[in-house]
Amino acid sequence: MSKIVEGLLYSESHEWVKVDGNVAIIGVSDFAQSEMGDITYVDMPDIDDDFKAGEDFGALESVKTSSELITPVSGKVIARNDSLEDSPELINEDAYAAWIVKIEMSDSADLDSLMNAKAYEEFLK
Amino acid sequence: MEDLLKKTCLHGRHLLLGAKMSPFAGYDMPIQYSGIIDEHNAVRHAAGVFDVSHMGEIFVSGPDAGRFVNHVFTGDAVSVPAGKIVYGMMLYPDGGTVDDLLVYREFEPDSFLLVVNAANIEKDYEWMVAQSAGFDVRIDNRSEEWGQIAVQGPEAEKAVTGILGFKDAAGLGFYEFMNETVDGKRVIVSRTGYTGEDGFEIYADPELTCRFWDALIAAGVKPCGLGCRDTLRFEAGLPLYGDELSAEISPVMAGLGMFCKLDKPEFIGKDALARQKAEGVEKKIVGLALDDKAVARAGYPVELEDGTPVGTVTTGYHSISLDKSLCFALVDSAHAALGTRLMVHIRKKAFPATVVKKRFYQTKYKKQ
Repeated sequence: MSKIVEGLLYSESHEWVKVDGNVAIIGVSDFAQSEMGDITYVDMPDIDDDFKAGEDFGALESVKTSSELITPVSGKVIARNDSLEDSPELINEDAYAAWIVKIEMSDSADLDSLMNAKAYEEFLK
Repeated sequence: MEDLLKKTCLHGRHLLLGAKMSPFAGYDMPIQYSGIIDEHNAVRHAAGVFDVSHMGEIFVSGPDAGRFVNHVFTGDAVSVPAGKIVYGMMLYPDGGTVDDLLVYREFEPDSFLLVVNAANIEKDYEWMVAQSAGFDVRIDNRSEEWGQIAVQGPEAEKAVTGILGFKDAAGLGFYEFMNETVDGKRVIVSRTGYTGEDGFEIYADPELTCRFWDALIAAGVKPCGLGCRDTLRFEAGLPLYGDELSAEISPVMAGLGMFCKLDKPEFIGKDALARQKAEGVEKKIVGLALDDKAVARAGYPVELEDGTPVGTVTTGYHSISLDKSLCFALVDSAHAALGTRLMVHIRKKAFPATVVKKRFYQTKYKKQ
């Protein structure tokens, strides 16, 4: 059974969002990392890149497969987790500690379409 | 859906070992147990055991068996001594590939074992039967009766001679096999593999296959899935039928012309191959090394710097043993020379790459 953390929001494409004021901290769920297997590379956007909700902002590469990262919120990238560049396996080790990007949200209403932990648990069933 | 998938004799053991299972060639097969990287490294540095019972075993015998095998096969299975194995292909008359396979020259006269890809068993069998008119030959598809495990890695010999007790296996050279008898049943021990390492493939009935598997696992040999089988064969520059060989990709295009004996009097596809060798082919399979870490996957476009398409990726990985992004691609021959700079389009960006030798990893086969 994959781990789900309370207090986070989840997308149907298995990203998690932690809301900190008008900033969305984004990673992928434990389910996503376990489905992908050993992650070997994280393709990350540049700081100041703008994305619309639903767009891919990067990708995860595992040995077996590639998977696009989709931002559930619109906005501008204000930070990225550069430690993933050398240690992409941090996502396998703890998917909720290994955030990928922070996006300054242009419309916090984007969050309304996301699931809470309970709903995500149902979604995975 | 799952019920329609076939199961190998080791299926229940994979589930007990907690393998991640996935459909492959009509079988429910283990993709990984402990993880692809861990299993890959076990084969490179110690030993691993694979369930390859899905592979097909087609026996050919009869007075014309040798002439028939050499008619449908690009290699020469007749001029080698008994106990030898020959790698090669079966071709369509236009040079396209029906399958790539191993031919075992059996110790009994006029007898051969053809080991073919799981996905192609029916197609190969029907192809062979259709070509057999006028040959006094018996073609016997016994794939369902035979299990097969592959024990691969620098410690494979120790495992096969020690744990399994096949002491004489140490004397086998690469691409040689021997027969053993266990409980009155035939076992084939073959020094072959699909990983670039020394290793053995062991054919036996389902019951013995399970017994060998259990003994190896109990002794600590790592169970390995199809996930690392693919990363290992890829690094060793070995083709996978469907990716680097197909009805559209001839052995000459795949760079495997050395396995096609054009000095044989005849075989199906010989004329087409001779023409391809003389006149050149439009496209070739090449190895590409990317400058960056992004991974090229099958189907991604290969381009010139100005965006002109020149080919397609057939297999790609972040190589575990070489820690580099590498791929095979089918590209226009004009851009296939070693050292050529090309671009691989990965998602939204084009990444620079260099044409390199396909054998990315220095293989460690047993010397004869």
